[in-house]
Amino acid sequence: MDSPTTATQFAIETRKLNLWYGSFQALFDVDLQVKQGIITSMIGPSGCGKSTLLRSVNRITERLGYVRTTGSIEVMGRDVYAPEVEIVQVRKRIGMVFQRPNPLPISIRDNVIFAHRLHASAGRRLPKRERDEIVEKALRRVLLWDSVKDRLGRQATALSLEEQQKLCIARLLPVQPDVLLMDEPCSALDPKATEAVEELLWELRGDFTILIVTHNMAQARRASEECVFMLMGKIVEHGDTAEMFVTPRFEETAHYIEGRYG
Amino acid sequence: MFERTELNARNDRTQALVKVLFGVMTVLLALPVLIILGMLVVRGGPMISWEFLTADPTNGMTEGGIYPALVGTIWLVSVALLISVPIGIAAALYLSEYARDTWMTRAINLAIINLAGVPSIVHALFGVGAFVLFFKFGTSILAASLTLAIMTLPVVIVATRESLQAVPHEFREACWNMGATRWQTIRRIVLPNSISGILTGVILEVSRTAGETAPIMFTGAAMFLPFLPQSVMDQTMALSLHLFAISTQVTDVPEELPYGVALVLIGLVLALNAVSIGFRTWLRGRKKW
Ligand SMILES: Nc1ncnc2c1ncn2[C@@H]1O[C@H](COP(=O)(O)OP(=O)(O)OP(=O)(O)O)[C@@H](O)[C@H]1O
Ligand SMILES: [Mg+2]
Repeated sequence: MDSPTTATQFAIETRKLNLWYGSFQALFDVDLQVKQGIITSMIGPSGCGKSTLLRSVNRITERLGYVRTTGSIEVMGRDVYAPEVEIVQVRKRIGMVFQRPNPLPISIRDNVIFAHRLHASAGRRLPKRERDEIVEKALRRVLLWDSVKDRLGRQATALSLEEQQKLCIARLLPVQPDVLLMDEPCSALDPKATEAVEELLWELRGDFTILIVTHNMAQARRASEECVFMLMGKIVEHGDTAEMFVTPRFEETAHYIEGRYG
Repeated sequence: MFERTELNARNDRTQALVKVLFGVMTVLLALPVLIILGMLVVRGGPMISWEFLTADPTNGMTEGGIYPALVGTIWLVSVALLISVPIGIAAALYLSEYARDTWMTRAINLAIINLAGVPSIVHALFGVGAFVLFFKFGTSILAASLTLAIMTLPVVIVATRESLQAVPHEFREACWNMGATRWQTIRRIVLPNSISGILTGVILEVSRTAGETAPIMFTGAAMFLPFLPQSVMDQTMALSLHLFAISTQVTDVPEELPYGVALVLIGLVLALNAVSIGFRTWLRGRKKW
């Protein structure tokens, strides 16, 4: 992952991806192609493997020790499971946002600069001006600058949930990731905060490839250009969001969209 | 429909009875502590003077002060902690942050718990065998402190591990997902947020170590030695052993003298506990989640 993007139109491409938790198979022959620079949403009933798929892209599933994966996942044209791949670089280029905002128990400023310190400025003292510029740029990008600029030294965990979630997105940006993976980023937020985060996603679109899991049909419809429907560890349908919601190709998709499974 | 029933009344009576019972137990528990402290202060208090703290014992330990014993205790405890704290914290970090749950780690955990339950006289015998004789440190501060260190190690490990595990797992996940290594996660997030608990555990250990007699008696503490130790290879006096000596081994000791020594020992321990509590409160005030 050290050299920049090769010419591919897909930011994420999986081929025949199978994944087992111990002896339980959670993903079956998943072939997914996520286009670069757009927002793709992933929907499907609880337990169908959305989080699993997301987490295998940045290889965080490996931490569990009892997970086995076959098939391949390419991110920006590079196989992330190849033997020469440095896992730290994978995590740097692929940012992850969680359901529950999880800012670190340090100041707002330190949260934003955290990943940068790990990757870009490790081992050298970051001049204060450079640091402040990075922080400001990231916070502006997530539309948070104006509301927190006077309290950058305060504990991040004291922010409102909406602000926390935006901060969790902001802290990924200084290391210039290619892909942002978001696992139900709005489900802990109220409708107004949800709207604000969706607005932010549109703002980030283009510069980043965004893959977002959601249980909220309206959100998938509003906030994504393509949509993937999963069922029991398989991808059933993947297509243009507007099209999929109006004329789903498969019966299962139609049922799910109409709210017939949980 | 909201009237009080016979059942409500009965439950209330039981509840009142239980409350009184538990209250009485609590008082009974606190009583001995208060009596001990009161007696020490009343009988030992008049002994305490600057001179008592800074003079050597004289006349077969029946007169004079306790200076060498006080200094000796500080030596023994400091050296013991210098050994047990770094090792204990490192072991706890390994067990809680790195080790996978295998039969090996389970066996080690079991060993640690059992080590905490070993009586101190057994540690003393081990200390003699291992440090005094086998490693040929002789009876010295080093041998005694190593013995104390072995004794305190399990408690340091357990206290540290508990503080580490009190740091929510999601912070670690957040770090790992940003590409932090385990060590970066520990350094930047886990340790800063658990250090108050770790220090509390350590300081409480200090006070326990200061009072121990058996483990130092055969390994490095002397009954009477009116010189200050020059290095860790020297023997030394210690408050706990001094108290034991003047209470049981020496005749014609003024009745109030042991109370005075005990008061200094308890004062030292309480002062350390107070520092620990103050420190913890201060650190707690700075962390929030
Ligand atoms: N750590 C794990 N160990 C074992 N099985 C797991 C683990 N995580 C998930 N699973 C199983 O894998 C399947 C897929 O889970 P996953 O979390 O990916 O579903 P999901 O689509 O994200 O569901 P939800 O919408 O509830 O978040 C489920 O059957 C789940 O029980
Ligand atoms: Mg999920």
